This record gives sequence, structure tokens and C-alpha cells, in this order.
Amino acid sequence: MSAGSITWFANHELRLAWRDFLSMMTAGRRGRERIVALALTIFVVFAHVLAWYFVARYVDVGTEPDKPALVVITGTVLLSWSLLMSQAMESVTRAFYARSDLELILSSPAAARKIFAVRIGAMALSVILMAALIGAPIINVAIVRGGARWLGAYGVVIAMGATAAAGAVALTVALFRTIGPKRTRLAAQIIAAVIAAVFIIGLQVAAILSHGTLSRMVFLESDTLVALVPEVDSLVWLPARAALGNLTALAVVLGGALALLGAAILVFSARFGDHAIAASGVAATGARQAPRSGFRARSPARVLRRKEWTLLLRDPWLVSQTLMQLLYLLPPALLLWRSYGEGTGALVVLVPVLVMAAGQLAGGLAWLAISGEDAPDLVATAPVLARSIVRAKVEAVLGAIAIAFAPFIVALSLLSLEHAAVATLGILTAAAAATGIQFWFRKQATRRYFRHRQTASRFATFAEAFSSISWAATAALAVGGTWLALFPAAIGIGILLGARWMSPHKA
Amino acid sequence: MTPALDIRNLSKSFDRPAVAGLDLTVRMGEFYSLLGPNGAGKTTTLRMVAGLLPPDSGSIHVCGIDALRDPVEAKRIVAWVSDEPMIYDKLTPYEYLEFVAGLWSLDADIAETRARDLMDWLGLIPHAHERCEGFSKGMRQKVALAGALVHGPRVIILDEPLTGLDAGSARQVKRVLRERVAAGGTVIMTTHILEVAERMADRVGIIADGRLIAEGTLDELRTQAGRGLSSLEDTFLALVAEQQAAA
Repeated sequence: MSAGSITWFANHELRLAWRDFLSMMTAGRRGRERIVALALTIFVVFAHVLAWYFVARYVDVGTEPDKPALVVITGTVLLSWSLLMSQAMESVTRAFYARSDLELILSSPAAARKIFAVRIGAMALSVILMAALIGAPIINVAIVRGGARWLGAYGVVIAMGATAAAGAVALTVALFRTIGPKRTRLAAQIIAAVIAAVFIIGLQVAAILSHGTLSRMVFLESDTLVALVPEVDSLVWLPARAALGNLTALAVVLGGALALLGAAILVFSARFGDHAIAASGVAATGARQAPRSGFRARSPARVLRRKEWTLLLRDPWLVSQTLMQLLYLLPPALLLWRSYGEGTGALVVLVPVLVMAAGQLAGGLAWLAISGEDAPDLVATAPVLARSIVRAKVEAVLGAIAIAFAPFIVALSLLSLEHAAVATLGILTAAAAATGIQFWFRKQATRRYFRHRQTASRFATFAEAFSSISWAATAALAVGGTWLALFPAAIGIGILLGARWMSPHKA
Repeated sequence: MTPALDIRNLSKSFDRPAVAGLDLTVRMGEFYSLLGPNGAGKTTTLRMVAGLLPPDSGSIHVCGIDALRDPVEAKRIVAWVSDEPMIYDKLTPYEYLEFVAGLWSLDADIAETRARDLMDWLGLIPHAHERCEGFSKGMRQKVALAGALVHGPRVIILDEPLTGLDAGSARQVKRVLRERVAAGGTVIMTTHILEVAERMADRVGIIADGRLIAEGTLDELRTQAGRGLSSLEDTFLALVAEQQAAA
């Protein structure tokens, strides 16, 4: 391997990618590789067990599948592709804006085109590997239960990763040319998040409107949709046929996808360097606020709460990330709207969804307020008791949650006061629990690490997720009027006690 | 007269002792410069004084207030400025100063007058309503300094405040600090720029391995180092080398 060759650069890129992955999995701590390997193994086994139960009824499709089977497989492929596209756009944006080696590379005598061709290829490879990792349990179970022809699904996964990477590069470069490097970063991040959300939410919305359920599968399997889609011999079903082991379809899908990726590399690698340089040269310029005169007299608690809300509202990226969590509330809101005058049956689903969303949203906001404090020294040296500072920040989080969820509670109370009361209690408990966990596992970081906050403490991430799930289950059972609600509530309390006990900040 | 800062037998260990039984007294209205090689314990000492780190043992009194027993009262009269200005990118300097005024529970009218004066002194008026996200390091440091001064602290602690500043910004910062001392305030500053300490400080303390190894005016330090050294740089290097040889 000679220095400066394509393989030499590829080796360099893959080594960096591998170290990034290791660092993300181990949160940058040495000696954790074995624990991470063990956790991953357990996860892989668990995912295969889950897949065994869930995909069983879909694997017995014959070599000549009917329309409903093609719709389900194609729907699943599109759903996964939207997530891959989102991931790929994140990677491309990172390559443009956050790679510290850009100036070194471009000031070297090596051909920039060659370097960026490798870099786009490496991005595609990482997207493909991620897709394969996530899809492996389902595909492996399908192979075991449905036969070797399902190996074709791996080919479809490669095609999905390749097209997602090619599409992401093309879309980001198009954004660069149309709105410029300054706006592209935010726009690309928002588009990435929206792409991931829209398809998932869109399917749920369609399911609610057509069948009054949150289940995407019910919609994909519905007679209405099957009647609307093209006939079985349409080219639209090529990916589904490829996944089912049709070699001709697989060759077309895989060949087409790799050709698309190759074309993207060929077309965009030459200009990638120019765009990356343009992105690195973008200096943030501060927006002007409307001048005003006169300080307002406010208590320390009030200025702290106000500061948290102002910082959040002025950061479009953070708002988009936070609102994205709320976007997932759209389907339950629709379900709520549809349930007017049709009894409270559907609300049993709605209440836990609200509680779960409140827990997740509160976790994110609490991280921003507590760990994402940009001037920790200033706040810590202020003549205010530490517990008063924490209280003000918790109030800021719970205030935001209250504003976000109040419309749902009001609408719910018009249908059923009992459901509204349970939802209110559940939302407050889940939000308080998530905030508590974030407080116990606080670790100073800047706000731009919001997306990667999970890597700081895996325990806190899982505790937050399982706590929200426990309180959602408690709310679901409480709405059903059964005393069994006490069991998930006890688990929720147990998780909190465990988190408190494991906290590095016990004081 | 009550000293501005009185530290007795202060200790703090991380993996190894960072501050080891430090005694230090800074007089009221004095410009005191704390020097020392990297890892000597300067920043750790000052972070303990500012209430950012709890000491393992020892006592800290700020203008007669026991900072460990009554941290809130001590913080009321102390300002802390670190080498890395920590401000909020999405706030304007005007909003930042209003936030600081609120944290220190200042009278709104008095705080605003002070804020405008400080922004004027530091050349921040044209950018008063611009978000800080586009500011240079020097501008950010000036905003942080204005935040430290807006509550009228009696003791100002600065950790390497001139690092990364251009000549113009550094001059503005030094001028503001000198004016504070002239008005009766106390400034305690760490710096690696020995010329700044030489020109600005009334007294210099040299710290190594967590202990104060020499203290006094420039002349007193020269006498202590002997060998007829003329500059603070030579004196500092000689004293530190002597300490390291003894250790």
C-alpha cells in the first residue's frame, strides 16, 4: 500500500471511523471494550429473539409473492431507508463542518479528488454497516425460518446504504449551492431529522385515518392500500423481490445502487473540497436583537429560568431537535381528534404515549439546562445557593413540559376527566424522573453535544428510557383501572433509586 | 486592616497534591500577581477561593468573610474570570450583563448604568445588542470581564485573562483592571506573561508544587533570589529552579 494511494487513504479513513465508533461505544473510557462487547452480544441475542417472534409470519412468503406481502416488505424498506438517509445526511454534514484535518489534507500535495472520493465511500460504508447491523437480526431470522433466499435482503441493505449515501451527498451539495454554506448546516440537520420522522409519522397518520390505530403494519396490510398500489409486475417492487431472493431483481437493485453511488462519487468528489473549505470558512455572525434599554429587576431564580428558555428559543437547531420529539406526538394527537364522540377506547393508547414523550422531552431539556450550561463558572460563583440554582433549572424544564403538554391535557379532559388526571400525573412523574436522572448523572458539556449526550453515561440513558417506559406502562394500566399499575410504578421507583445509588454525584 | 484574601494551610489533592498547605495574604486595594510553572497549583488555588472547588483542608477568608462557612456572602463580593471566557452565545452583551445583575440581585437601574459604563470602557457599545456567537476571543473575554465587574466586586480574581487577546484588547483589559485598583478594589491575577506582572502588580507571589516559595515586590524578590538579577523573568526562573533543586 503506497502512501497517497486510494487504499492508503481508505485505510486512514476506516481507522478513524473505527476509533470514532469505539470512542462512542465506550464514552471515551479505556478498558471498557470487554463490557461493551458483552453488552453488544447480549443486545444482538435479544434482538434475534425479538425478531424471531415478530417476523415469523412474514417469512413464509413464496417466491411469487402477492401484493400484500410486497407492500409490507417495500414499506419496511422505505421506512428503514428514510432512517439511513437521515444518518447519511448527518455524516455528510459532519464531513463538511466538523473534520479537523481538512486544512492538512487540502494543503498537502495529494489529489483532493482522490481523498474526497474515499471519504464519500467511507461514509457510504459506515451507513451500510449500520444498516446491516440493525437489519441483521430480522434477516438472519428470516434466513433460518424462510430459507437461504432471504440472503438477498443483505444485498438490499447494501443497496439502501449506497443510495442513501449518494442521495445525502447530492442533497447536501445542492443545499450548498442554493442556500450557501452558512445556512446549509442547519438546513441539512433539520432535513435529516425530518426525513427520519416524516415517513414513520406519515405511516402512522395514514393508519389512524384509515383504521383508527397507531400500528403502521395494520395500514401496510390494509386492503385499501393494497388496492391503490401498482400491480405485482411493477418495477416498484424490485427491492422487495430482491429481498426475497429473486436474483435478477437483486442484480438490478444492487447494480443500480452501486452505480448511483459511483456516479455521486465521480460527480461530487471534485467539488467536495471546495464546499468543505467554504464551510470551514463560515464564521458565525451574531444576529442583532432589537435594542432595548432598562434592566428589569428579577430574582436569580427568574433570570435563570428565563435564560434557559431564551437560549432554547434562539437556537433553531436545538428547537428542531426538541420539536422533533414533539412531532412524534402528532399521531396520538390525531388519534385523540378522531376519538371524539367514539368513546374512550383509543385513549388507553394515547395516555402512555403522552407520558413516554414527556419523559423523553424532559430528559433532553434537563440535559440542556443542567449539563449543557455554557457558563458553569459564572453560575457557580454567583451568590446563590446551589440548590436554588438546581431548583430554578428544574422549574425551567417542567415549565417547558407544561407548555408543551397542556393542550393535550385540556383536550383529553373534554373527553374524560379521569384519563386527563392520570395523564397529568404520569407526565409530571415521567418528566420529574427523567430530570432527576439527568441531575444525578450530570456531566459538563457544551450544548452542541446535545445529539451525543447519550454517550456520556450509558447507564443514565438506559435508566431514563426505562423510567419513561415504566411510567408510561403505569399510566396505561391506571387508565384501564387495574391495580396492576402498581407493578410498573414500583419498577419506575426502583429505577430511580438505582440511578440515585449509581450516581457519581450523591451529595 | 482586614486583608482582601487570607488563605491558611489550604490543601487540595487530585491524583497528587495540587495545593499543599498554602498560606497566602493579599492586602486590600492591592494588585497581586500569582506566578508559577504549569501545574504549580495557581488555578486550583484561585478556583477554591472563587468557590468552584471545595478544599480538602484549610481556611479561606475574603474581606473577613469565611468563604467556606458562608460561601454565598463571600461570592457576593468576589468576581471570577477564567482564561476561557464562558458566556452564552445566544445572548447579547447587554442581555448577558442583565443576567449577571439578576444573579447578583442588583438594583436594576444601578446595574444598567454600570453595564453601560463598562461596555463603553471596553469598547462593546457598538456590539451591545449583537449575539455573542460571532465574537472573537478578545471580544468574548471583554464581555466576560464586564460580567465580572458589573456587580461591583471588591475582589477580582483572574486566571490568565490576557491569553489569546490582541494587543488592543489586552491594553483595554489592563486599563480597566488598573482603574479598579485605583478605585480601591483588589485584583488577584495569574499570568504566564511575566512582563504584565512586572508592570502591573504591586506584589508578586511565586507558587510551586502547591506552596508559596517567594513573595514580595519586584525588588524584594530580586533580593530573595540574589545573584543581581534584573528582570522578573530571571528572578522567577531562578527561584523556581532553586525550589526544584531543593525538592
